[in-house]
Amino acid sequence: MSATLTNTGFTQEAFDEFLASRNEPVWLSDLRAVAWSRYNELDMPGRRDEEWMRTDIRLLKLDKFGFPTGSRQTELPNALLAEGVELGGRGASFDSHSLQGELEDAWASKGVLYGNLDDMLAEHGERLRPYFERKLVDPLQDKFAALNAACWQSGTVLFVPRGIKIDQPLHTLAVMSDGGVDLHRTLVILEEDAEATLLAETASTETHGGGLHCGAIELIVGKNARLRYVNLQNWGDGVWHFAHQMAHVGQGANLQWTIGALGSRLAKVNQHVALTGIDAEAQVNGAMFTQGKQHLSYNTHQHHRAAHCRSDLLYKSALQDHSRTVWRGMIKVDKGAQRTDAYQRNDNLMLATTARADSIPGLEIEADDVRCTHGSTSGRVDDQQLFYAMTRGYTRKEAVRMIVTGFFQQVFDRITIESVREALGKAIGRRVRDLGE
Amino acid sequence: MTDTLKISDLHVAVEGKPILRGVNLTIRRGETHALMGPNGSGKSTLGNAIMGHPGYEVTGGTIALNDGNVLEWDASERARAGIFMAFQRPMAIPGVKMADFLRHATTNVRNPDRKEGEELIPMRQFRKELTENMEQLRMDVEFARRYVNDGFSGGEMKRAEILQMAMLRPKFAILDETDSGLDVDAVKLASESIAQIGSDAGGGEKMGILIITHHDKLLDRNAPDFTHVMLGGRIVETGGIELARELYTDGYDRIRAAYPEAAAAEESMTETATV
Repeated sequence: MSATLTNTGFTQEAFDEFLASRNEPVWLSDLRAVAWSRYNELDMPGRRDEEWMRTDIRLLKLDKFGFPTGSRQTELPNALLAEGVELGGRGASFDSHSLQGELEDAWASKGVLYGNLDDMLAEHGERLRPYFERKLVDPLQDKFAALNAACWQSGTVLFVPRGIKIDQPLHTLAVMSDGGVDLHRTLVILEEDAEATLLAETASTETHGGGLHCGAIELIVGKNARLRYVNLQNWGDGVWHFAHQMAHVGQGANLQWTIGALGSRLAKVNQHVALTGIDAEAQVNGAMFTQGKQHLSYNTHQHHRAAHCRSDLLYKSALQDHSRTVWRGMIKVDKGAQRTDAYQRNDNLMLATTARADSIPGLEIEADDVRCTHGSTSGRVDDQQLFYAMTRGYTRKEAVRMIVTGFFQQVFDRITIESVREALGKAIGRRVRDLGE
Repeated sequence: MTDTLKISDLHVAVEGKPILRGVNLTIRRGETHALMGPNGSGKSTLGNAIMGHPGYEVTGGTIALNDGNVLEWDASERARAGIFMAFQRPMAIPGVKMADFLRHATTNVRNPDRKEGEELIPMRQFRKELTENMEQLRMDVEFARRYVNDGFSGGEMKRAEILQMAMLRPKFAILDETDSGLDVDAVKLASESIAQIGSDAGGGEKMGILIITHHDKLLDRNAPDFTHVMLGGRIVETGGIELARELYTDGYDRIRAAYPEAAAAEESMTETATV
């Protein structure tokens, strides 16, 4: 691998060079080429687009970035979610270059595929192709979706055949150098009656590192399958983070999807869950902790396409300093999706008067026999709670930390993976500072 | 020297309105004091001011714990110095388990010099003590896993406050209507527990206790050495247990008649409160 990093911009020349270096099947190159021309046609989203009204990316200069060309690999940061967990497999990447991964023989021998998307498509291309071509994330929908679809590199794939239940979590860590580029793509497929837990986290080599992440995540949960997917975004606080994420949850299937977000300078995430088969269930958990001038923006969709499905979303964020979060939530219920039970809630804890949280729930319901509820709250740490804890010997700072931890506990209580609860709790606890007013 | 909590000529205002108008009260460790008086006379205000509630502004007077100027300490420092209050309406802290809350609190109060991030008291020792105290208060073990005061019934909250008193072993404990909202049996249990806890604050020492109450039941096992009557933001009369008996039998008419100035102050406070 080259030791230099040449950010030449996402030019035609660089794209041609990139494609030539890939040695991929024609169907895949074609997909990339279509997305590439779309990428070039599209303008950057602007503040006139409703989705981007609150999220200003005028300072983003895509030309300053380019194809991840090399790897100045240093020691990888510690994986928070893997601590003390007996893993069934692991993978890692550095600046969108895959590093050695592994999968326990017990699972590999049962036909489970787990590794980086590059290698897996080369080895099992025909098997994975139909899922890849389903395009859960529409590659043409905007500039960032198109960029990822055209230029993705490295990535993660997990394929669990029918009836196989993996009872050890799998882990993947995507690392970015300061100024690096990560164009990760994730494809998870659980066939009928399969079960798996995937812990995915991202981190920068430096706390204040910058860079660009433009990613896509596709989760396909087959009939009666169960997937627990955890995504911890812990980039350096200079990183631009753009992500399109889509899950399809089939008949009788269950998805527990947890997002933790601590890092990045600006994040714009579209997290969509579609309940595509009758009696499907999805639980979506989000825990965000922002500081400095961070801006994290989430568009969530709970799309009920079939009847008798349940979806339950809870996003909680705590904000320090001049940081800002935006949550736009939508529950969409199709005409045929009777007996839908859908819930969405967003709570924000303001730890500074200079922080700001926008919370915009939405409902679009075409069926007539449904139960859809939503709610949102924004508030400061309660002075009465603070006083009460202090009369029990807590210092002010300890009391704030405890109250913030308690605030997130409601999300953590829903997460059925102990190591994840602990890792998120610790990471958040470390960040709480005194209320400096 | 016996630890002494000394309140002298204390004036306290809430949102700019004077509530306490010169309270004098001295509590020595080992003594039990009953504080009685009509609603709105300033009893809870005194408790909150002693604890350092930021909404209660001390506009005059002093509070001293031995040689220490309590008014210079924040609520946390007061707790660590050994002052405790069982609140009438304790706050819920959702998401924080009673056991975790108390382990940290107990550690801080028992080791007042502990720096943030230093070790908590050993889990085994803490668990053992907590379980013993909960058994004493006839609390289900499940209680320790519930979130602090979150969804507690009135009775559960009061018992949880007494449990905290037992764990923190303060030098001085203020009990603000710990009997209100409890049925007869629960008050009896509370009364017994408080007596037992107050008799041993560790090292064989007793606590100094200030019981704010309207009733006699809590005093059954906690016979006050002194009974104080508060009216219009002032302690107007101090006596022994016979004064407490008189007040819960006869009410405050005699007191109001004897202290017309305080009664007038009470009336003006009540009016302000209802505006």
